[in-house]
Amino acid sequence: MNRYSRHIILPEIGQEGQDRLSKSKVLVVGAGGLGCPVLQYLAAGGIGKIGIIDFDTVSESNLQRQILFGASTLGINKAIAAKAKLEDLNNTILIKAYPEKLTHKNALAIFQDYDIIVDGTDNFSTRYLVNDASIITNKPLVYAGIYKFEGQVSVFNYKKGPSYRCLFPKQPENGSIPNCSEIGVLGVLPGIIGTLQANEVIKLILGIGEVLSGKVLYYNSLNHQINFIKVNRSEKEIKKVMDTKTFFETLDEKINCEMPIKVISIQDAINKKNVQWIDVRDQNINPEINHSEVLQIPLNDLEQNLNKIDLSKEHVFFCQAGIKSKKAASILQSHQIHTGSSLKNGADEVLQYFNNKNYDR
Amino acid sequence: MILSIKYFGLLAEVTGRSEEKIEFSGKSISDLKTILFQKYEVLKNKDFQIAQDNELTANETMVTATEIALLPPFAGG
Repeated sequence: MNRYSRHIILPEIGQEGQDRLSKSKVLVVGAGGLGCPVLQYLAAGGIGKIGIIDFDTVSESNLQRQILFGASTLGINKAIAAKAKLEDLNNTILIKAYPEKLTHKNALAIFQDYDIIVDGTDNFSTRYLVNDASIITNKPLVYAGIYKFEGQVSVFNYKKGPSYRCLFPKQPENGSIPNCSEIGVLGVLPGIIGTLQANEVIKLILGIGEVLSGKVLYYNSLNHQINFIKVNRSEKEIKKVMDTKTFFETLDEKINCEMPIKVISIQDAINKKNVQWIDVRDQNINPEINHSEVLQIPLNDLEQNLNKIDLSKEHVFFCQAGIKSKKAASILQSHQIHTGSSLKNGADEVLQYFNNKNYDR
Repeated sequence: MILSIKYFGLLAEVTGRSEEKIEFSGKSISDLKTILFQKYEVLKNKDFQIAQDNELTANETMVTATEIALLPPFAGG
């Protein structure tokens, strides 16, 4: 095959390595400054299946660095525009566009279909989501972030290596560190850093060289200073993420899942001494529980009613099946209130408990 | 001992330097942070990790190396 002959004549790759590339499936999250060069080299190099997820559309200010786009794609969804451009570059591979936002709800199912995930996102909440979904689906994550003239690159979650949370356990507030659209970025910088990411992807697949795992590369384009910082895996951080596995899809974007939600049985709840019971089901749902010790706040109204939360007590949230209540406890957590737990089963058990306890309707 | 401190990204901007040497007589990384916070109050509300000798380190770790780096996360992509 002529297209890949410069790969194939390398003894380090050969036909076998090229076949391995063409059997690989790589998902690129974000088709922006980083995503574009990554995608370009992965498509050119003959990665068999490439997924592109991005909800955003191409705007003129993107063209200074997002090299897959041009005047003809202004206003078009980036995943779709990138797919069209890449299909021209290489029509022998499969390219799938996801013109949507990556969320807790869709992440695991999408990640499942790929071997390697590439992080080309531009905000912290999506970065942590990409990291967590990679941990749960056990996929290596080729990460990079950029700031003005500097970049950082690493491979996370590779052969029991560290994750992004082992490097930065605490998720910064979105907006606490400006992104490219807010503060500007040297156009060529994501080109350099994204190309380093593409290089890591190819090396991972071919099994050649030294994978950038267990360390972060910091690059400064102004003076070409490169620093490698060693990072160790934190089992504690990994476990926190794994503990969200069963209800990951229900975690909303804005909920920060730094700590796993405590899920307790009715017996655990009864054993607590100083408890505020909170029913987060919608109104008029059976069984109705009207009891002086039970506060009713439908989940959707919780954020507006945080003043009703008695901070001197522990809080047991319950709903019909233990899903809304988990969300409620994580909303509380996102407001730095860590005394909420979610009842495993739900309202029927609570009703039974209060009935037995002289239900005073 | 004399420590060489490197500031990356946003931290270089808010401190106005990318590298400096400081005299340090404390023990732990946490002591070092206290000194840096006194010197640059603006660092207090910034997110960053500290590496010594190019290895990420925790607050309670003793300062044993002279090469220190302050590493912020980068949001951009």
